Amino acid sequence: MMCEECGKAPAVVHFEQVQNGRKVVMNLCRECAEKKGVLNFLFQPAFSINNLLSALLGSQVSGAPVLEPSGRERRCPVCGMSYRDFARAGRLGCSRCYETFEDRLDPLLRRIHGSERHVGKAPARSSGAAKIRRELEQLKAELAEAVAKEAYERAAEIRDRIRELEKAARGGEA
Amino acid sequence: MKDERKEILESIVGSSSSPWMDGSGNLADVVISSRVRLARNLRDTPFPHLLEERAARDVMDRVFKVIESVNKKGTWGELTTIDLSELNSRDRQVLVEKHLMSPQHAEPGPGKGLATRRDERVSVMVNEEDHLRIQCLFSGLELDEAYITASGTDDLLDEGLDFAYDDTIGFLTACPTNAGTGLRASVMVHLPALAIGDEVARVLAAVNKLGLVVRGLYGEGTEGKGNVFQISNQITLGQTEKEIIENLSLVGKQVVAEEKRFRENLYKTRRTELEDRIFRAWGILANARSMSSGEAVRLWSDVRLGVELEMLPQMNVRKINEILVLAQPGFVQRVAGRDMAPEERDVKRAELIRHHVSS
Repeated sequence: MMCEECGKAPAVVHFEQVQNGRKVVMNLCRECAEKKGVLNFLFQPAFSINNLLSALLGSQVSGAPVLEPSGRERRCPVCGMSYRDFARAGRLGCSRCYETFEDRLDPLLRRIHGSERHVGKAPARSSGAAKIRRELEQLKAELAEAVAKEAYERAAEIRDRIRELEKAARGGEA
Repeated sequence: MKDERKEILESIVGSSSSPWMDGSGNLADVVISSRVRLARNLRDTPFPHLLEERAARDVMDRVFKVIESVNKKGTWGELTTIDLSELNSRDRQVLVEKHLMSPQHAEPGPGKGLATRRDERVSVMVNEEDHLRIQCLFSGLELDEAYITASGTDDLLDEGLDFAYDDTIGFLTACPTNAGTGLRASVMVHLPALAIGDEVARVLAAVNKLGLVVRGLYGEGTEGKGNVFQISNQITLGQTEKEIIENLSLVGKQVVAEEKRFRENLYKTRRTELEDRIFRAWGILANARSMSSGEAVRLWSDVRLGVELEMLPQMNVRKINEILVLAQPGFVQRVAGRDMAPEERDVKRAELIRHHVSS
């Protein structure tokens, strides 16, 4: 096939791009592809996940601020960053931000990576501690709920479990 | 800086040679090097881009302290810790040109540090985009080896540092594009025959479709100078480290096979043209009196192909690979011991290359 642009040289680059919902196909020779910047585009691929991230954060849905029920903007308790700060910078403020903006980050991670579940390596030392920490947080929330509902028997059970875990956590750190 | 550390640093930035370019390892005729990088962060500590000088320095001190204590145990080859603010910009530039750290890390910034093993195969950047970036760099297609080394380094550091990790999401990173494994694996390949055959774009587009990203010699935004390309994974979450490494190795091998097919074909069908091209490049590289880094890297590509095709018995892979660093602006100025205007650099560069190839 000859180049569709100049018709003088054989086409060596097959280029497909979706523009305004329409697929544009071009078969170009090297020279014309270079002129059109098609080759450069390969080295800064339009489909890189960095570009995907900025596109998502620039969109109204994924980039919109996260608010507290009070209407104030939610901020990370450790670093003070808001979701809007993240959308602007493309970087989170600290590890706690993942928890603070969990509702928004989970779908974002899914869109970027096709998954939001880590299946790889866990740190040898801190995975046990991390698990305990997570469970403790959950139990404390349950305890508060049980107390609010005046379910004291259940609350006592939870309290015992919390004590057990706290002891284990201390043991693990010693 | 202590004398011993100074001496080690001097031996690293003073030499254009690095073990990652010594031509050892698998498929080293096409794959120059393999790299594995792990991003790690300290729990509940603001990421580097939010840190002021004092807090950033505190992170560097914490990380360096753990590195020093592991050094004492002698379980790894000792890592030399370097506060980058103590280095001049030329030395920092050479560390980038030797691929020991990223271009961004050479820019002045709060609390930036580097720890590197004497053999340069292991390095840790402190306060780059993440608190820690552990990097292992090996010659040839040796991703398994590189990952095992990086993961071992990660384990040793994890003993003394509380890394930010979530049971669901995995390792937490400043940019969500690195979360999960925090693993970026890459292979640096030299594809001169595919380039001569105008096939690079086709092959790399196929690689891109497999979810891998292709970059130039010095990372993001740099085009394929000298027909050198870096292929790396993009997805870091939802796949195991092993899957990521295997996937990239497999694609790497296919790219190598394509390049070799084209080399053989060129040799068979266009031998005179090929020889002419290689020996012309050699002639200029070995004799020119002024040369830009762009020209040097372009000629380097042809000459390296000649070395691989055994047309230039006076050169070997290690020696030719070294020119990749030797020709860079930072290294040229480092040898001169001062900053130079581009024209001045070109003269010095030509001189360095002439000496290098005739020695």
